[in-house]
Amino acid sequence: MTSTAVTPDRPAGDRRPVRAGLPLTRLSGLGLGVAMVWFSLLVLIPLAAVVVTASEGGWDGFWQTATNEQTAATLRLTVGTALLVTLVNIVMGTLIAWVLVRDNFVGKRALEVLIDVPFALPTIVAGLVLLSLYGPDSPLGVNVANTRVAVFLAFLFVTLPFIVRTVQPVLAELDPEVEEAAASLGASRFVTFRRIILPSLTPAIAAGAALSFARAVGEYGSLVLLSGNLPMRTEVASVRILSSIENDNPDSAAAVAVMLLAVSLTVIVVLDVIQRRVVRRG
Amino acid sequence: MSIEISNVGKRFADFVALDDVSVSIPAGRLTALLGPSGGGKSTLLRIIAGLERADTGRVEIDGVDATTLPPQKRNVGFVFQHYAAFKHLSVRRNVAFGLEIRKRSKEEIRRRVDELLALVHLGQFGDRLPTQLSGGQRQRMALARALAVEPAVLLLDEPFGALDAKVRKELRDWLRRLHDEVHVTTVFVTHDQEEALEVADEIVVINEGRVEQIGSPDDLYDRPANEFVMRFLGPVTQLGDQLVRPHDLQLSTDSGDGVPGRVARVTRIGFEIRVEVTTADGQPVTVTLTRNEFLALGIGTGDDVRLRIAPNSPTTAVSTPAQRADLAAANS
Repeated sequence: MTSTAVTPDRPAGDRRPVRAGLPLTRLSGLGLGVAMVWFSLLVLIPLAAVVVTASEGGWDGFWQTATNEQTAATLRLTVGTALLVTLVNIVMGTLIAWVLVRDNFVGKRALEVLIDVPFALPTIVAGLVLLSLYGPDSPLGVNVANTRVAVFLAFLFVTLPFIVRTVQPVLAELDPEVEEAAASLGASRFVTFRRIILPSLTPAIAAGAALSFARAVGEYGSLVLLSGNLPMRTEVASVRILSSIENDNPDSAAAVAVMLLAVSLTVIVVLDVIQRRVVRRG
Repeated sequence: MSIEISNVGKRFADFVALDDVSVSIPAGRLTALLGPSGGGKSTLLRIIAGLERADTGRVEIDGVDATTLPPQKRNVGFVFQHYAAFKHLSVRRNVAFGLEIRKRSKEEIRRRVDELLALVHLGQFGDRLPTQLSGGQRQRMALARALAVEPAVLLLDEPFGALDAKVRKELRDWLRRLHDEVHVTTVFVTHDQEEALEVADEIVVINEGRVEQIGSPDDLYDRPANEFVMRFLGPVTQLGDQLVRPHDLQLSTDSGDGVPGRVARVTRIGFEIRVEVTTADGQPVTVTLTRNEFLALGIGTGDDVRLRIAPNSPTTAVSTPAQRADLAAANS
């Protein structure tokens, strides 16, 4: 029997290492087919449809929308704030994950549960909470309504759990002996963190950062109440898309959507590249 | 680079891991800390390395008080049971880690790493990741990494514990040869008496947080200080109130002196014949013979024999009736 001969009636329970380039069995072929159809229906076809709609106005139409002053301001605000929020999350999320894994304190379990609240809360409820806390009637005396700070705050709120939740399990799995080995070789706490722990966490941080950025770029519900949606000042991309649709301009809406898509894709790829570099450099 | 441990005590909550332990480990030797798991030997090793802080007592390395020094400042190499490899770094970078931290020149690091990789027979594997190595190779890499910083002492915590029997045996021989080449003061923890007897120059037997005996493998085997050491270092059987090694018992078919008994069972394990004899007062005794001795005797199940302890054999008295009961239970 040669290694490439795969009989179609091989029992499904017969496991062997999957190697690239081998013909699929009937069952795994079926699995792959279902996965592809599902992915296409939910993701690929709608994305293609958006790109097609955006291109209906022709390159000129697309370019006009892209260079429209108001659209450009919207994109700058959205992408800029999302990047800033992601940077903050990289530091704070890793820190919170560290505290949750490495330290023991009263209320740790409560905090553990509370971390997920921004996930669980419907975004419009989050918006309402933010409005009542930081709006014109703020009990704290902090009023950031109708400013860009509101956008920043809303992004920060909804993206908080991403890095915490991706880093936490990886950190918990780290072998304490590895840190002891580094210490006995003469590495200080800082050097051990920088050269041993951080490279192990980087893939998780990058994954969390990508999720956090993607979520921020598309955020709508949590900021729409507090930011005031002022054109040229606090209007974000998702609001701009909605107003384009309302003004019966689906081409423009699709154009903004395609640009958001391109930015998100770029950021995810860049994060992946950076992540690989950090891991390899050690 | 000797190690002097005086009156060291360590507790973990209610559990006494070490109770007033004093050991002096001579320079340049290969010393084994031997004992059952949970007996405190790993804790002692970790205290020497500074990975654990002693509650009481003093640790001196090479004449310097190291009791409160952090692990970074002790200049010890530590090898862990599960390798503790830096998984994201290549084998070379793993070995170079301690040297890079010490800011040695690139050229020096390259030379030293090449030397060490050759020493541990991993010359061709420098660019691999640790996950691409076998267990034995990973442990050799860990050893090279620990040796790279030219430590005053090399500490190994159950270094072969995670490996299968054959690789274990190979690495054991190899560690012995390596030590003969490098001569760094080495302390290794093991619960395997065979490993300790085979590799070590000196053995420290530790049980329930206390040192039971310190000595050469011959000392320990031939002159055990107490019942625990006797039992832990090799097979034992009981004849009357005496603990004795089964191969130190002699059987005869004559009617001279000796304890009378009857052969209950004969089992052959390779070159060794194990004869189980029940004495006249019902005590089960195990005797091991070589095949030739057994054939010369010409005995079989049900035959009457006499049991004698060979002259100059180590024996220890069974201390308490309670322990006698334990032994009877263990033998049955």
